[in-house]
Amino acid sequence: MQATVQQFPPFREGAAHPAHDDHGHHEHHEPNFWQKYIFSTDHKVIGIQYGFMSLCFMLFGFFLMMLMRWQIAHPGVPVPVLGPLLGKICGPMAAGGAISPDLYNSFGAMHGTIMVFLGVVPLAFAAFGNYVVPLMIGAPDMTFPRINMASFHAFFLGGVVMLVSFFIPGGAAQAGWTSYSPLASTIPTNGQAFWLVGMVLLITSSLLGAVNFIATIIQLRAPGMTWMRMPFFVWAQFVTAFILLLAFPPLEAAGVLQLMDNVAHTSFFLPTGLAVGGQLADRSGGGSPLLWQHLFWFLGHPEVYVLILPAMGIVAEVIANNTRKPLWGYKSLVYSALFVGFLSFIVWAHHMYLTGMGQKIATFFQTTTMIISVPSVIILTCMFLSLWGGSIRINTPMLFALGFLPMFGIGGLTGLPLGLAAADLYLHDTYYVIAHFHYVVAPGTIFALFAGVYFWFPKITGRKMNEFWGRVHFWCSFVFMNLVFMPMFAQGIKGMLRRMSDGAVNYSAARVPNAIDTLPGSVMELNTWILWAAIALGVAQIPFIINLFWSISHGEKVENDNPWDATTLDWQTPTPPPHGNFAHEPIVLRGPYEYSAPGHATDFTPQDEAEGPSAPRTPTAHH
Amino acid sequence: MSESEKPVSLQSYIRLCAVVFLVVVCTTSAMIATSFSHIGEGWTLKVALILAIAVVNAFLVAGYLMHLLSEKKLIYTVLAFTVFFFIGLMGLTLWATNGFPPGTASH
Amino acid sequence: MEIPYTVQNRPDTGIYNAKLGIWLFLASEVMLFGGLFSAYILLRVGAEPGMWPHGWLNVTLGTVNTLLLALSAITTLLAWAACKVRDFTKFKIFHACTILLALTFLGIKSYEYHDKLIHYEIALANGKFADGHLVEKSADFDLAKKTGTVTLHGHIVEDRKELMDLRSPEAQAAKHDEITIAATDIKKMENYGPKHNTFTAIYFTLTGLHALHILGGTVVIFYFWAFGGAMWKTDPERFTNRIEVSGLFWHFVDLVWIFLFPVLYLT
Repeated sequence: MQATVQQFPPFREGAAHPAHDDHGHHEHHEPNFWQKYIFSTDHKVIGIQYGFMSLCFMLFGFFLMMLMRWQIAHPGVPVPVLGPLLGKICGPMAAGGAISPDLYNSFGAMHGTIMVFLGVVPLAFAAFGNYVVPLMIGAPDMTFPRINMASFHAFFLGGVVMLVSFFIPGGAAQAGWTSYSPLASTIPTNGQAFWLVGMVLLITSSLLGAVNFIATIIQLRAPGMTWMRMPFFVWAQFVTAFILLLAFPPLEAAGVLQLMDNVAHTSFFLPTGLAVGGQLADRSGGGSPLLWQHLFWFLGHPEVYVLILPAMGIVAEVIANNTRKPLWGYKSLVYSALFVGFLSFIVWAHHMYLTGMGQKIATFFQTTTMIISVPSVIILTCMFLSLWGGSIRINTPMLFALGFLPMFGIGGLTGLPLGLAAADLYLHDTYYVIAHFHYVVAPGTIFALFAGVYFWFPKITGRKMNEFWGRVHFWCSFVFMNLVFMPMFAQGIKGMLRRMSDGAVNYSAARVPNAIDTLPGSVMELNTWILWAAIALGVAQIPFIINLFWSISHGEKVENDNPWDATTLDWQTPTPPPHGNFAHEPIVLRGPYEYSAPGHATDFTPQDEAEGPSAPRTPTAHH
Repeated sequence: MSESEKPVSLQSYIRLCAVVFLVVVCTTSAMIATSFSHIGEGWTLKVALILAIAVVNAFLVAGYLMHLLSEKKLIYTVLAFTVFFFIGLMGLTLWATNGFPPGTASH
Repeated sequence: MEIPYTVQNRPDTGIYNAKLGIWLFLASEVMLFGGLFSAYILLRVGAEPGMWPHGWLNVTLGTVNTLLLALSAITTLLAWAACKVRDFTKFKIFHACTILLALTFLGIKSYEYHDKLIHYEIALANGKFADGHLVEKSADFDLAKKTGTVTLHGHIVEDRKELMDLRSPEAQAAKHDEITIAATDIKKMENYGPKHNTFTAIYFTLTGLHALHILGGTVVIFYFWAFGGAMWKTDPERFTNRIEVSGLFWHFVDLVWIFLFPVLYLT
């Protein structure tokens, strides 16, 4: 492939298409606001649209969590400040400004849904992927710009449907983000139907995005951009896109079936003899509740890698850039990412040990689950080893990237006991699980996303974000994240169940006093600690929000197009990149991380820099 | 569109289509005949036979009408992964739902 | 700005963008229907013995629809071939056939749906079951108020199980007449809509989703058929690619039906 790639026909085929020869006079009329920001087909604008929307959704999801934490720490006590507003919006579900158990359930379901499907995935995959991937591979845009726009519009509609469901009688979905049947079909609210319609829209959006990403990465790589010269971030997005493409459709199928259950009163997931409220439900029965779980987790587990792979990609870019040396084990990283993507399709039922499945099948899923931890550890190890011997430049993106490493490590390692059926039977549905996956996603993925925001902000705006407030944001977030989630491990191991709206007060009180399974006061007290840590974590985001908007117009201007002295193509464009991205056709001559190449005038050699042959990598020169 | 293809004539396509349609008619008749026949106890054997014929039918459509038989390696790769995960989804789900220890409810 | 490889093949992959795009999309469609067919298998395997219906659907109509779709797949291929030999008139003729065949398919499908929706199973107060197509409801028929009568063309059975296998000799031999039932004798009345049992549920869902695909494909093909002339004049090669790509989608929809037909109608 490396030999043939140099013989490509001209990068732009304009001459072949008379229909597009009027290109020149298009630039005369300035696009209006709607064309420029709402119905744009430019991958960079779409990336920013996704980024802005998903950050807003994440903030909203965070507020839901704060309300839940208040309810857990002070069950039944009216929410301060926001209470009256809550009472107005949610009516009887928030009588007197206090959160009812029903409202708590719907906040729980929507917090999960919003954070995963409207927050982290759109930010990690759609926003960063859209903005950065075409730049990194030297493409003028995505392959299908109009489908790209349609993808964002489907996402937006899906988000609107989800938000609207808060205002319907009965409120939003209450069956958890996993929406297990028959619970999801028996709670008397139409919120679940809204949830399903919203999900179908979001899945459609993801599918359109995934097709676009894969086609772009395969078809639009610039001349010379061979597979093994692609930055790791592009590889991560490539694998992610494949996961979305093939794992999401079964959930779409399941969503359609559950929608039929809820709207047309079929019984796909409802067993024979189902009783609701003490009465036999008017359903034909004969369905299989487990089928929903299989179809859900067939997406649900690969989704974890959708959340984590783009984050790893961002961290890899930031680390390579700030250690000023090539990533350690680039090929191992690539193959590990591919292997993770492949294996992620056949581990899903480790979320279902509690269904009482047979031992043979449980053994199968335990085995694949243990195997999939190997490439994840390889990726993390490569990143740690990349730090070795580097003259590390510490700045805000690098701090977040470095913060990601141990945090994701904690999240990943605490997942191992959950992959083994014997340990999982005890830990499942306790706060241990919540702590585990939040360590993966919150201080893990979200830290990497912060790193990405700080890192690519100068390319998007031409200005850097404020360094001092960036560091304040990092250190406060780092400390309070851990104060929020670390105690949950203790609570979970002590046996505190999740999804209890009163923070386990009744659960604990129902136990025999001083019996071994009573939750001690010290465990219950942690609820209050976590509440205050969460509030502090919220306050710690204020510098970030102000910094983000203030820096757009007031940040320190970058002195050139490549302020971080980076090698990848995304930094070899004008700032901000114009429509069509590159000033001239990029021709890639070397690998993605040619930092500190001996004999080179600067400590970085951009992938498309013309003079001089590709310098050989001599690791001994750095040690 | 690929320039490597041989010069095409509409006639050759019509001939191909006539053959494909004829085979589709035959396979469809065979499926119906199997369905109404009395071979095997119950439905198991008949279902297997009918699905086998349907696979032949599907192969014709995919191979000739979707010209998959003369497609590029890249597309084969994508479809190979898809088929693998398709089998994984169906096979593991069926295994898991049928693999319950004796005496416990299966759904 | 021009996106590369919208018309020409990229040398190292050998395909143009849209072709890769449509195959990726079809891959996701395979997984979508994979989930649905898994559901079908689980529901069927998990059904109580003797409670999975056989012979509920009209094989003649199903066969006609199968052949209609096969024909439309062939006219689709020929429409593309006509584009390749640069014969726009033939393209118009072939795709006109495709659209007509697709609309006929949808017509037959809606007739079949209607037939199921006017088919009632009535649980009688005496424990028996009346089953048949609705002939008429009396003007004052009201199930809640227990007034009026309903007339079915069908028969009465002792056990619901007798309604399941319509291929059985007993069911074939049953005599169907007009039966009039008073509302006071009715315990429960339900048509063969999606909620009737898991078979009708999966039948309506699978064929409904398939019909949506047919509808979407028809709209796209109609768009190219009616408004494709402009692009044909300026860039016939790109237009030919579009016909190929939309054709691939159409063939996939045909492919799904090739499995739906035996799975729902014949087994």
